[in-house]
Amino acid sequence: MKILVCISHVPDTTSKINFTDNDTKFDINGVQFVINPYDEFCLTRAMWFKEKQGATITVLNVGNATTEPTLRKALAIGADDAIRVNIEPKDGLSVAKQIAAVVETGNYDLVLAGRESIDYNGGMVPGMVASLVNYNFVNGCVGVEIEGNSAILVREIDGGNETLSSTLPLVIAGQKGIVEEKDLRIPNMRGIMMARQKPLQVVEPVFAANATEVLSYQKPAPKGAVKLVDADNIDELINLLHNEAKVI
Amino acid sequence: MSVLVFADAANGKFKKSAFEVVSYGKKVADQLGTNLVALTINVSSNEELHKYGAEKVVSITENKLATFNAKAFASIIKQVADAENATIIVLDSSIDTLHVAPLVSVSLDAGYTSNVVALPTSITPFTIKRKVFSNKGFANTVISTDKKIIGVAKNSFGIHENPVSGTVQNMEVSLSAEDFAVKSEKVEKASGKVTIADADVVVSAGRGLKGPENWGMIEELANVLGAATACSKPVSDLGWRPHGEHVGQTGKPVASNLYIAIGISGAIQHLAGVNASKVKVVINTDPEAPFFKAADYGIVGDAFQVVPELITKLKAFKEV
Ligand SMILES: Cc1cc2nc3c(=O)[nH]c(=O)nc-3n(C[C@H](O)[C@H](O)[C@H](O)COP(=O)(O)OP(=O)(O)OC[C@H]3O[C@@H](n4cnc5c(N)ncnc54)[C@H](O)[C@@H]3O)c2cc1C
Ligand SMILES: Nc1ncnc2c1ncn2[C@@H]1O[C@H](COP(=O)(O)O)[C@@H](O)[C@H]1O
Repeated sequence: MKILVCISHVPDTTSKINFTDNDTKFDINGVQFVINPYDEFCLTRAMWFKEKQGATITVLNVGNATTEPTLRKALAIGADDAIRVNIEPKDGLSVAKQIAAVVETGNYDLVLAGRESIDYNGGMVPGMVASLVNYNFVNGCVGVEIEGNSAILVREIDGGNETLSSTLPLVIAGQKGIVEEKDLRIPNMRGIMMARQKPLQVVEPVFAANATEVLSYQKPAPKGAVKLVDADNIDELINLLHNEAKVI
Repeated sequence: MSVLVFADAANGKFKKSAFEVVSYGKKVADQLGTNLVALTINVSSNEELHKYGAEKVVSITENKLATFNAKAFASIIKQVADAENATIIVLDSSIDTLHVAPLVSVSLDAGYTSNVVALPTSITPFTIKRKVFSNKGFANTVISTDKKIIGVAKNSFGIHENPVSGTVQNMEVSLSAEDFAVKSEKVEKASGKVTIADADVVVSAGRGLKGPENWGMIEELANVLGAATACSKPVSDLGWRPHGEHVGQTGKPVASNLYIAIGISGAIQHLAGVNASKVKVVINTDPEAPFFKAADYGIVGDAFQVVPELITKLKAFKEV
């Protein structure tokens, strides 16, 4: 089985978010970049397939050269090789078109991506890729088992789960549950050493116009101070929630 | 030219978000000076949508769609968008719609922006404001394709009545075997529980509760308020509560009217997923807990004393 894991390169979850250049750019000053947490779950699931069922894992990022340390980290976790499509990602649909071109060239059986990237929160790239290459697609996956050409998938729905069946090839957008938190892989020394030798191929982009473009950014309005209520004055809290906030 | 809104339903009944997107779509249609069409799938009483400004409702009835199917839904939205010559498509942010929207975007070659929080701020260029960086920022975004898809963030626009007289029209759509290539085998849902997605009020608890055996009072508080229950990430990682309850940056987003956080410290990753809630109440023993900085109301106190008392007082409040 040939697996492609799409890796988004995103600010660490603790990052302070600021904008520069007249609020037209995200300020990367002092920001640590990491593998998008959802993609990390997917990569760990892919490793499981590799070890238990035999599979090769390619990791892919659409981005400029600054994302290579993130791809190396994915190689250190255990992917076999990496591809970087050399273009600055600006919009979901155009990124999906770049990924689709790689999927078609490489003939992957399974494409794993995250439910959303925690920077732009689009939640769109995996479904778009599936649609572009005409693969089956399941979003918000919290479980996947594959036997030969068939897959059983579990996706999260409002208030529960739905079990689905599909044949390969398939695109899955995964999240926590596809593996457990405690099973996430951390690169070890040997992995890091080996990752240096593994192939990281840079490919030039196909033509794909941007469908959307960010003009400017804004920060949320600052919040007023909290109103503290005494622990033995619950009546006051109920009064505030009813008469002032009007939420109960 | 028209604005098409997909009004999402479950078991034949509209979700609340359906009324929100119809309200939103009506305003956009007015901005553009064009008409609004609402699309529904397997809903019998469509007239309800006239109240929120849908002059025309296109109603699809399809036996094969007793359960949701993303590809088939996407195919229907495309067929109706084509038939109605829709240039703007407005969708909500339900789990099912988020599954469908990217498929529609590709089939219509339409630029899609999700997490949209306000009406378009400009028509040429077509500019909308959406949430980015997990509620830590907004991006004013231009959609430059001829057809455009707007995914409205839950509870960001609200439900606005705008009664019109209108028509309901049935339409035949064609679905192929390929649309059903992914098959639904089984649906498991906790019955009678309010879901985080639907809830106006969410009662959430963290590691401060010490162990799963102490969730009785959390459930009871949620019951009194008609609320959904939620939890912080470590709580679901420890297996105290199901994964589906984990909220935050890497869990479910919460955009309720009221969010009550009990024994949750307010780590940046937790806040990122719950900041979209309108009013936040924090109950925590530690006055230095970061959550107080993000809260509207707070009680510095022990959950094991405050919550039972809150339940008693709320019951009394509800009775009068
Ligand atoms: C990549 C990444 C992603 C993450 N994503 C998420 C996410 O999506 N959601 C999320 O929640 N977390 C997330 N986290 C974890 C986050 O950093 C925090 O560790 C977590 O939110 C803390 O959970 P907590 O507040 O329940 O526990 P703690 O931090 O242990 O806080 C417990 C709180 O309870 C209070 N307390 C103790 N006893 C009582 C009592 N008797 N009454 C009242 N209060 C009491 C304490 O004062 C304390 O403030 C993520 C972390 C990482 C690294
Ligand atoms: N630039 C990118 N390069 C590789 N994969 C990406 C990129 N952007 C998004 N993805 C994948 O698509 C998922 C969802 O991203 P998004 O639609 O941007 O929220 C991510 O979790 C990644 O798996």
